Amino acid sequence: MKTMKMGRRALIAATVATLGLGTPAFADGHQILDDIHFLIPGGAGGGWDGTARGTGEALTESGLIGSASFENMSGGGGGTAIGYLIENAESLEGTLMVNSTPIVIRSLTGVFPHNFRDLTLVSGTIGDYAAIVVGKDSPINTMEEFLAVYDADPSGTPIGGGSVPGGMDHLVAAMVMEASGRDALGVNYIPYDAGGTAMAALLSGEIAALSTGFSEAVDLSNAGEVKIIGVTSSDRVDAAPEAMTMMEQGIDTTFVNWRGFFGAPGLSDEKVAAYQSAIEAMYETPEWETVRARNGWVNIHNSGDDFRVFLEEQETVIGELMTKLGFL
Amino acid sequence: MLEGILIGLQTALSLQNLLLVVAGCLIGTFIGMLPGLGPMSIIAIMIPVAISMGDPSAALILLAGVYYGAIFGGSTSSILLNAPGVAGTVASSFDGYPMAQQGKAGKALTIAAIASFAGGTIGAILLMIFAPMLSSVALLFHSAEYFALMIVGLSAIAAFAGRGQVTKALLMTVLGLIMATVGEGALFNLPRFTMGIMDLQSGFGFITLAMAMFALPEAVFLVLKPKNLGDDGGEIKDLRITRAEARAIAPVIGRQSIQGFFIGVLPGAGATIASFLGYAVERNLAPKHEQDEFGKGSIKGLAAPETANNAACTGSFVPLLTLGIPGSGTTAILLGALIALNVTPGPRLMIDEPQIFWAVIMSMFIGNLVLLILNLPLIPYIAKLLAIPRNYLIPFIMFFTLMGAYIGQNNATELLLLVGFGICGLALKFASYPLPPLLIGFILGGMMEDNFSRSMQLYGGMSFIWERPMTLGLLIIAVSLVFLPGLRALLARSKGV
Repeated sequence: MKTMKMGRRALIAATVATLGLGTPAFADGHQILDDIHFLIPGGAGGGWDGTARGTGEALTESGLIGSASFENMSGGGGGTAIGYLIENAESLEGTLMVNSTPIVIRSLTGVFPHNFRDLTLVSGTIGDYAAIVVGKDSPINTMEEFLAVYDADPSGTPIGGGSVPGGMDHLVAAMVMEASGRDALGVNYIPYDAGGTAMAALLSGEIAALSTGFSEAVDLSNAGEVKIIGVTSSDRVDAAPEAMTMMEQGIDTTFVNWRGFFGAPGLSDEKVAAYQSAIEAMYETPEWETVRARNGWVNIHNSGDDFRVFLEEQETVIGELMTKLGFL
Repeated sequence: MLEGILIGLQTALSLQNLLLVVAGCLIGTFIGMLPGLGPMSIIAIMIPVAISMGDPSAALILLAGVYYGAIFGGSTSSILLNAPGVAGTVASSFDGYPMAQQGKAGKALTIAAIASFAGGTIGAILLMIFAPMLSSVALLFHSAEYFALMIVGLSAIAAFAGRGQVTKALLMTVLGLIMATVGEGALFNLPRFTMGIMDLQSGFGFITLAMAMFALPEAVFLVLKPKNLGDDGGEIKDLRITRAEARAIAPVIGRQSIQGFFIGVLPGAGATIASFLGYAVERNLAPKHEQDEFGKGSIKGLAAPETANNAACTGSFVPLLTLGIPGSGTTAILLGALIALNVTPGPRLMIDEPQIFWAVIMSMFIGNLVLLILNLPLIPYIAKLLAIPRNYLIPFIMFFTLMGAYIGQNNATELLLLVGFGICGLALKFASYPLPPLLIGFILGGMMEDNFSRSMQLYGGMSFIWERPMTLGLLIIAVSLVFLPGLRALLARSKGV
C-alpha cells in the first residue's frame, strides 16, 4: 500500500514515461504480441510501478512482445485508474493494469466502487511475503520473545507499518497476533505514510516492531539494520534462509501480497489468451530471472481461473479479519 | 579519509563521468523548470538510463547532476513566474518573485544559484566529515518532535502578517490547514470531505493548488500592469550583486547551510520543512527594518530557503547512506536504483564499498560546481523570459500552469480544480488576502496531522507535549517566534511613553 501515498507528490508524465524502454525487439519466431500498454495506478517509483516496468522490460528484452509503453495514473489510491479502465473499456484492448492486494482490501471497505470482478482477470505474476522485524539492538530475537514483551504491556508495545489502519501492514500484524492466540483488536498499530519513515521510527525506538514487506525487510537485514523475527511464508525463503517462518514458531498463518495484471472488462478471449501465454512464457526467460532476482520477488503464477479462485479466497480471509477488526 | 577522497575524485573526474554530470545538470535544469516534474519524477525517468550503464559510480554521478539541476530548475520557475513546481521551492517564490517583478530577475537567479551552490557544497562537506556520527541524529526525533518542528515551520506565515494583515494571514493559514484534511490521510482508511468524488480521494494536488494560488492570479494581474517588465531597461539581465548585498547574505547562507543540513538529516522532515524554517528563522534574526522587507523582495528572504533546501537535500543522504533509510521520496527512488545496481546502502557501505560512498560525495561537489558554472552564463537568457511581451507571456504562463497541473496526475479533474481555485485565488488577491500562508498551511497541515495523531496514539493523549523535553522546547520556540515581535513592539511603545 506504500504505492498509494505517492499521489500528493510530483509524479511522472505519461508523455515521457515511455522513455525508459524504447528498444523494440526484433520480431523473431517466438514473439506473441506486438505491444502492451501498461497502466500503473500509482506514481513513479512505487511497488506497482516497479512491477509493471520490470515485467515490460523482461517481455520486450526476451522478444516475447515487440514493445512496451507505460502510463502512470495516480489518484484515489488506484481507484482513478480502475474507473478509467472500466469507462473506456472498448478502446483499451491493448492495455494491462497492474494491481495487488489493496484492490481486494479497498473494494471490501467500499473505498472503490468497483472490485476485481468488474475487470478481466489476466494473471497473478509475483508476490512478496510479509515479515515482522525489530531493530538490530532489540533484545527480541523470536516471535516468542516478542509475544512475551507484548503480553506484559500490549498498548506499550506498538507495532508500526507503512499502511493506513485496516491496510495491508496492519492486517498482517493483526493476523499474526490473532493466530498466536492474542486479541487482534489489542494491537496498538501505528501507521506511517511510507516504509522509510516507519523504518526510522523502528530504529529510533518509537515503535517496538514493524510489519513490512519481506523484500524490504531483507534489504535492511542485509544492511545490518534489522532482525527479521517472523516471515509469513509456509517455508523459509532462499533470500534470507536464517529468517524463521511464523509457521515453524507455532503461529499458524501465511500471507502473500500478490501482484498481477488486469485487462479492461469484456476483453476478447483470444486477447486474454495471448496476454496469458506471453506472461507464462516469460517465466522461462533469463531476462525475467534477472528482473525478478534484482527486485527480490517470488514467482507466484496464477492464470485466469486460478487467479479468480485465489482472489476470492483472499477476499474471504481478509474480509473476515477486517470484520473482526471493525473495519467493515 | 584522504585516500577515500582521492579514490572518489579519481572516479568522478574521468572524462566520461564529467560528461555525464554536465548532461545530468542540463537535463535536470530544463526539465526541472516545468512545474509538475520535480526532482523525484526526473530521477525516476533517468533511472533506466543510469542503471543501463551498469557502473554504480557513473550512475550515481549522472543522477546527482540531474538531482541538483532539477532543484535549481524548480527555483527558476518559482522566481520568474511564481510557479513553484515542488513544495521545496515555494519559499523561494516569497521573495524571489517580488524581486523579479522589480526588474531584478537576473540578480534573484544569481542569488539562487550561489545560495544553492553554497548550501549543497557545505552540506556535502558536513556529510563527508560527520556522516557516520550523524546516523544517531537522524533517529533523535520521534513523531512528537516532528509535529513540534512543523509548528515552528508554520511560524513562517508571520512574514505575511504585516500591519492590519494579522487576521487575514491567520485566516488563510487555517484555510490551508482545512484544505489539507480533504482526502484520505495517511492515517485514516476513510476518505474525508471528498463528497464521494473519486478524484478527491488522494486530496488536492499540491501543484494544482500552487499554480492556482500563485501563478494564475499573477498571470492575470500582469494584464493590469501598465507595461512589459522588460521595458524598464536591461536591468533584468543584470547578474551583479553589490558588495553590501554579498555581506548581507553571507551569514544567512552560512547559518542556513548548517541548519538546513541537519533538518535534512531527519528522515521525517526534508527540504520543504527546511526551507520554511530557514525563512522563518532568518526573518526573526534580521533587524527590524529588514524584517518588513521579507515577502516583498528581500535578498535574505530568497537566500535563506534556497540555501536551506539544497543543504537539506544533501542532508537527506545521511539516513540513506548510513542507515539505508530513505528520508524523502527522491532518496527512496535513489535507494531503489542503488539496490538495482547491487549496492546495499547502510552502515556497512563505507566499510565494504568505500569507493561508492566516496563517489557519491565527490559527485555532490562536482554536481554543484558544474551546475554553478553552467548556469551563471545562462542566467541572462533565462531571465530574458520576462522581457517577452505580455500578449505572449500571459498565454504562455497559462499553458505552463495547466500543463503542470495535468501531468502531475494525468487527470483532467485537476484542470477543473485549477481553474476553480484560480478564480478563488484571484478573488482573494483582489481583497488583498496574502496567499502564501494558505499554501504553507496546506503543505505542512497533512504532515502535522499525521505526526500529531501518531503521538496521541503512542502516548494515549496529549501528554507527549510535556513528557518529551525536546517537543516542549520546540513548541516554546514556535510560540515565541510568533509572539516575540508583538511583545517587542509593545515594549518599545511603553518605553516611548
